Amino acid sequence: MSDLRNRLFLGRGSYRQRRLADAARLMPILGGVLLMLPLLWPRQGIGEASEVPPTSSAMIYIFGVWVALVLASLYLSHNLDPTETEARGDDDPSRGG
Amino acid sequence: MASLNLLVFVCLGYVAVLFLVAFGAERAAMRGQAAWLRSPMVYTLSLSIYCTAWTFYGAVGYAARSGMEYLTIYIGPSLMMIGWFWAVRKLVRIGRSQNITSIADLISSRYGKSTLLGVLVTGLAVVGTTPYIALQLQSVTLSVASFSVADATVRPLDDQNSTALWVAVGLAFFTVLFGTRNLDANERHHGVVMAIAVEAVVKLFALLAVGVFVVWGIGGGIGATMDRIDASSLGDWQVQPDRWMALSALSAAAFLCLPRMFQVLVVENEDERHLRTAAWAFPLYLLAMSLFVVPIAVVGLDLMPAGTNPDLFVLSVPLAEGRNGLALLSFLGGFSSATSMVIVASIALSTMVSNHIVMPIWLSRQQAGAMVSGDVRNIVILSRRFSIVGVLALGYLYYRISGGSTALAAIGLISFSGVAQFLPALIGGIFWRGANRVGALAGLVTGGLVWLWCLFLPSFGPDVVIPAGTMAEGPFGMGWLKPYALFGIPGLDPLVHGVFWSLSLNALVFVTASVFTFPTPLERLQGAQFVNVFDHTAPTRGWSGGMAQSEDLMIMAQRILGATEAQDLFRRAALDQGLEGYLPEPTPAFLLQLERELAGSVGAATAHAMIAQITGGANISVEDLLAVADETAQIMEHSSQLEAKSAELTRTARQLRTANEKLTALSVQKDAFLSQISHELRTPMTSIRAFSEILRDAEDLEGEAKAKYAGIIHGEAIRLTRLLDDLLDLSVLENGQVRMNIAPGRLSDFLDHAVAATGADRGKLRLHREGREDTVLVTDGDRLAQVFINLIANAQKYCDAPEPTLTIGARAVDGLLMIDFVDNGTGVAPDQQDMIFEKFARVGEQQAGGAGLGLAICREIMARLGGSITYLPGQQGAAFRVTLPLRDAMAAQ
Repeated sequence: MSDLRNRLFLGRGSYRQRRLADAARLMPILGGVLLMLPLLWPRQGIGEASEVPPTSSAMIYIFGVWVALVLASLYLSHNLDPTETEARGDDDPSRGG
Repeated sequence: MASLNLLVFVCLGYVAVLFLVAFGAERAAMRGQAAWLRSPMVYTLSLSIYCTAWTFYGAVGYAARSGMEYLTIYIGPSLMMIGWFWAVRKLVRIGRSQNITSIADLISSRYGKSTLLGVLVTGLAVVGTTPYIALQLQSVTLSVASFSVADATVRPLDDQNSTALWVAVGLAFFTVLFGTRNLDANERHHGVVMAIAVEAVVKLFALLAVGVFVVWGIGGGIGATMDRIDASSLGDWQVQPDRWMALSALSAAAFLCLPRMFQVLVVENEDERHLRTAAWAFPLYLLAMSLFVVPIAVVGLDLMPAGTNPDLFVLSVPLAEGRNGLALLSFLGGFSSATSMVIVASIALSTMVSNHIVMPIWLSRQQAGAMVSGDVRNIVILSRRFSIVGVLALGYLYYRISGGSTALAAIGLISFSGVAQFLPALIGGIFWRGANRVGALAGLVTGGLVWLWCLFLPSFGPDVVIPAGTMAEGPFGMGWLKPYALFGIPGLDPLVHGVFWSLSLNALVFVTASVFTFPTPLERLQGAQFVNVFDHTAPTRGWSGGMAQSEDLMIMAQRILGATEAQDLFRRAALDQGLEGYLPEPTPAFLLQLERELAGSVGAATAHAMIAQITGGANISVEDLLAVADETAQIMEHSSQLEAKSAELTRTARQLRTANEKLTALSVQKDAFLSQISHELRTPMTSIRAFSEILRDAEDLEGEAKAKYAGIIHGEAIRLTRLLDDLLDLSVLENGQVRMNIAPGRLSDFLDHAVAATGADRGKLRLHREGREDTVLVTDGDRLAQVFINLIANAQKYCDAPEPTLTIGARAVDGLLMIDFVDNGTGVAPDQQDMIFEKFARVGEQQAGGAGLGLAICREIMARLGGSITYLPGQQGAAFRVTLPLRDAMAAQ
């Protein structure tokens, strides 16, 4: 499939598949950032006591992000066609050895 | 109050249901009705063994102690599954294409099928998993104890150890029964996976039920519960950033590296597409498991008297509220979390122990190498069974020694950080071609030692393994080696400290050693195949054949794969090469295929070693190295093509030589036959002439002498006739002028007839008859019996064992009836095997009479009957296989 991989421009279908695969790769990074965000909040012992958010808000935020990630993952995995992305050898070909 | 007896009764009932589920799934899989077993939902549910009793009970305790931090344990794996496109998909693809059996197998296989790495990973996995198994035993024991406290009718259990012991014994029994049922070529356990899926549903349902009860039954709805949470001691956001990040990363790493997770995620995976469902369904499952943890913890802290173990709130809150049914359900949830984890973990560990420790030792102790007779499968299965029992015994021992005092979450995290040491070698192995064996070994050893020193040994408590003085001052007063403050950097949380140092030193050493050392060709080959698994459609070759003896390979394969499977594999391979019979040419492609098949049973390193023993070592051709080096210099390409051509020419030349030798031998035989036949004809002729002359010329002969001479003449005439009959028979058969009397008949009747005709039931030869002799055939019974008579007579004549034994076994495979005649003599020498069916061929200068027409006639008869007769190599003695089509017989009826 090397000829396919080296092609400069793709049809609409393959193009869409590639972008979906990109999104699938970025999803855990986005999720990681969103779930680390609460670490920037003021917390007990640090910052004004009145500004410390209650645990219930933290729960709503974290579980909300979680549900959103699940839905995004559902959408992506539903629309991704592994055979399509595979034809182009999708992995970063880190040339070593 | 729920009595303890009821509890035991419910437990036993639940286990019985699990047995039935596992048994039913095994049966369905065996009958090929396993479509529903392979649904993506079952796969996703089986992943839930990530949630152990630690999760079920411990998460609430964790939340009660440190607030929202417990979520990190779920966030890591969720992100890992959401990011399936990165690592998980690649692992599964590699696992399937390389027939990987465990994480130790993967790492050992990636780094040049190294036995040492396999042993190291296995050892670390056993050490890391033992506390985890102890943890499960402890949680079951504690939950039973909390019931017995609530139950006034029985005296409190003085001996909690007996509960743990009985649970361990029961689990060992279940695991041995369903985990080592057969030595699958691909290591899949339908029964176990199905049972785990059921347990996943039970534990989720139980935890949700308790959660719903707490929020709506006690808390008074969502809003009121939220207010209660904010008012409690957990009400303020109090997460430590360093622990939050370290634990999320740690749990993500553990998700890939835990032997049991690797087992369900990669080894038991039926279909790569299942990942697409698991990618969203598994995070959802984890979300559901963690949703009600904080409410339960807060309500528990409110309701229960101070000093109650928060690890058991899931159980004690319903009990305190008098909801015995709910408490029972919750108990079952915890019980199923514990059992499913222990079962899969011990299967995974036993596979690793038997493939990477027991098998290499066994192989090296066998001086004759892989060539000894006997079935290796029994040894593999036996060693797995012992390993399972051993792993559980270790877990029980750890439980007894540690005294079950430490909080559940702490032990779990120690385990996680132990197996997380595989991560650099694992991720480096699948993404970086430069990673090599030395790097992986050095990294693992470094990370493992730091983990032992900073996390595992201190976990036993002060003064148990490491003296308190050493903890405070460092060993021998070396302050920079203090277990909780390496390099003189104090103030870190002990867990974060240990995880940080062990993983970063591990990765640093791994990369540095990889950069500065050079891999062997085999490592580079494997590295290319692993890293570029999505590019490689055709496997690269690893073996250079020609040296290997196909028959030796077959003997070995039969012992590992089983006789039928191995013969089938060899026959198909021979057919693909356009050859007849059971012995394919040992081409590199065939050797590679065989190695993969063997690897599915005994692991890559062992399979490689076994084939290397027979072929005399792995040779990597220029072509392979080219693929690795990825250099397309024209001249090298050219020389590789030349090499391929020359290899092909060598093979062709060898085949031609074989054909030529066969022709020469045939011509020699024909000459020999001519002199033989004239001799055979002349001897009786001479005596007939002599005695008839006497009868004619001598006039005063007694009546008695006359009769004697006439008798001799008659006997010699009969001998002549028989010889001529045989020749005639053969020529008739060969010219196709023969008429067959086709009629239905029972195979056993034909065999009985043959045995009676040869007198084999009375003579020295001992007969074993087995298999499906009641099969009804539509064929020419007399002709078939003639073949049988010939084979039995041959065994009588040629079998040279002190106690000659002939085994006749019949079985039906794929519409073919196969009847094997195997004796225990020395058999036919390999260079004569393809000659014995030729006319006038006789093995050696045998004393036994006959013109050497018997087997030639047999072959012609079988061809007329639509079947075949072949010599079966690689058995104990001489072995012939008579094959008849069954389907034709059915159609003719």
